[in-house]
Amino acid sequence: MARSTPEHRRKARVKAGFSVYYVIFLIFVYGPMFAMFTLSFQGPRGGVTFPMRGLSFYWWEKLTGPSAVGDLKSSLVRSLVLAIVVMLITALFSTMLAMAFRKRFRGSGALFYAVMAGLMVPGVLLSLGLASLLRVVGIPPGWWYSGLGVHVVWTLPFGFLVMMAVFNRFDSRLEEAARDMGADEWTVFKEVTLPLITPGIVAAGLFGFTLSYDEFARTTLLSGGQNTLPLDINASLTQRVQPTLFALGTASTLFSLLMIGLFIVIYTILYRRSR
Amino acid sequence: MTTLESFTKITPAESAPRGLIGGAPAAYAEPKAERKYRREPGFPVPILIAPATIWLIIFLFLPLISIFVFSFWKSTGHGMTPAFTLQHYRDFFVTEGFFDPKQPDFLTPSVFIRTLWTTFRFTITVMAICLVLAYPLAYFLSMQVQDFKWQLALFLLAMVPFWTSYLIRAVAWLPMLGRHGLINEFLVSIGAVDEPVSFFLYSEFSYTMALVQLYVVLAVGPIFFSLAKIDRTLLEAARDMGATPFQIFREIIAPLSLPGVAIGMIFVFVMIMGEFATAVVVYGGKTSTTGTVILNYYAIANYPFAAVNAFMLMVAMMIGVVVILRLVDIRKEL
Repeated sequence: MARSTPEHRRKARVKAGFSVYYVIFLIFVYGPMFAMFTLSFQGPRGGVTFPMRGLSFYWWEKLTGPSAVGDLKSSLVRSLVLAIVVMLITALFSTMLAMAFRKRFRGSGALFYAVMAGLMVPGVLLSLGLASLLRVVGIPPGWWYSGLGVHVVWTLPFGFLVMMAVFNRFDSRLEEAARDMGADEWTVFKEVTLPLITPGIVAAGLFGFTLSYDEFARTTLLSGGQNTLPLDINASLTQRVQPTLFALGTASTLFSLLMIGLFIVIYTILYRRSR
Repeated sequence: MTTLESFTKITPAESAPRGLIGGAPAAYAEPKAERKYRREPGFPVPILIAPATIWLIIFLFLPLISIFVFSFWKSTGHGMTPAFTLQHYRDFFVTEGFFDPKQPDFLTPSVFIRTLWTTFRFTITVMAICLVLAYPLAYFLSMQVQDFKWQLALFLLAMVPFWTSYLIRAVAWLPMLGRHGLINEFLVSIGAVDEPVSFFLYSEFSYTMALVQLYVVLAVGPIFFSLAKIDRTLLEAARDMGATPFQIFREIIAPLSLPGVAIGMIFVFVMIMGEFATAVVVYGGKTSTTGTVILNYYAIANYPFAAVNAFMLMVAMMIGVVVILRLVDIRKEL
């Protein structure tokens, strides 16, 4: 090849080195999960470590059976309902906030940092603060309102940043054109703005859904006795760890991955359509 | 002359220099009239921000203010009553026999300060490791991968674990690190050790490993974005002027990516400072973090003391964030 100068060969070597590093990084991040996936198919007499003693669905059956850890089905339903509501609220709020931030207004700096604070304040502090506050007021906590409240505080900054990025690249002339043609604000929003920002809204919703579905620290004192799935997983950790937990972890992870994949597909379709 | 040209043709008055020399500047007509009847377009701001603002007040600010207020309340053993006492702060800082010269360990700080210090020390260690691991990865993705689609795909692939349950990911370390775990099996099989080593699991090692794996992706994201934003013509120019790759990195890439590094480090810092569940899973509860202390005191209904610990955690975190912000100016990034 004509391009095979020493400079190019050096560059190729550097690139190859970085690629190897990337693969090692992926192994580090995904490796433990794959070990867990494999071990969930452990034979009935096998334990939580290798070697595999046979190959079976024993622990998966135990997971779906009645003697499973806690009441998994209802905690899964709770987690899903919560995640969907958090998704909708995150998408709505982050869109509204980002639309407000297209203009200058008083207190915008303070509001920006307030939204970002949701990212910075550890879950255990929110849990403690809200749980003790509710105790003083005399309202028992419940996953469907106090849990929901702190979940949105956590997911909102992600959705907000996504929508800010969307509006940064937004061409306002399209809206101006519609306004000049006499459209009122609602029509402009419905006919012009919304179709263009829908992919962004879906992405904001993805953050809301997945982050809420997996959230543990923020729900820990605020679910009011009715566990969400991560709380159940945490509870089962205090018992002797069995491959059932790996089956549960695998199922939960696969579900998360499925949701991410689904969102990416929806996003791609909408993105293509909005062009 | 076409219509367009006649429109754009500059009149002598306008083309006259508006500066110090030459003719007087052309009178510029303020489009005031237009502004007056044309209201700012879009939905009104108050309506757009009200729901989220109210939500944040109820679920973010009230809880944080409560922590501060309750830390001065009096614990009754099964609850708390309004009061103003510094007793719980005393308990936090001063143990029995502190500053009592007759005690052998009269200068030993209280167990709560030591816990906070341990939490902090771990956080700094994990932060450093995360930075070392995340930077080359972000550099690879942003600088070495040329095709945008590949860049995005590889970036997402590295980020996906962030969207999965972190409890599960902590649990997943058990089959890796235990006495019969994969790492031990591997070390025995290559003959590096004669028999399985037990120090991998339920140790500082496993705790650090798990935390790094859980949070490293948070550092990758911001560093990746700040690296991707660097103007490639700068690098081109430096190369043309004969800069070595190392010089380019030191003089251009490193300084321009600092804001991303700072944001990533702040993420990792605040996440690990508030960490409590991982310690139980992979450290066997042998160490406590300030997070576990808070939950333990909540569990025994000593809410004011839990609040004191929480408040001190907040103070420590703020100090950390301020230090990072002092070192790096991230305003350009936001």
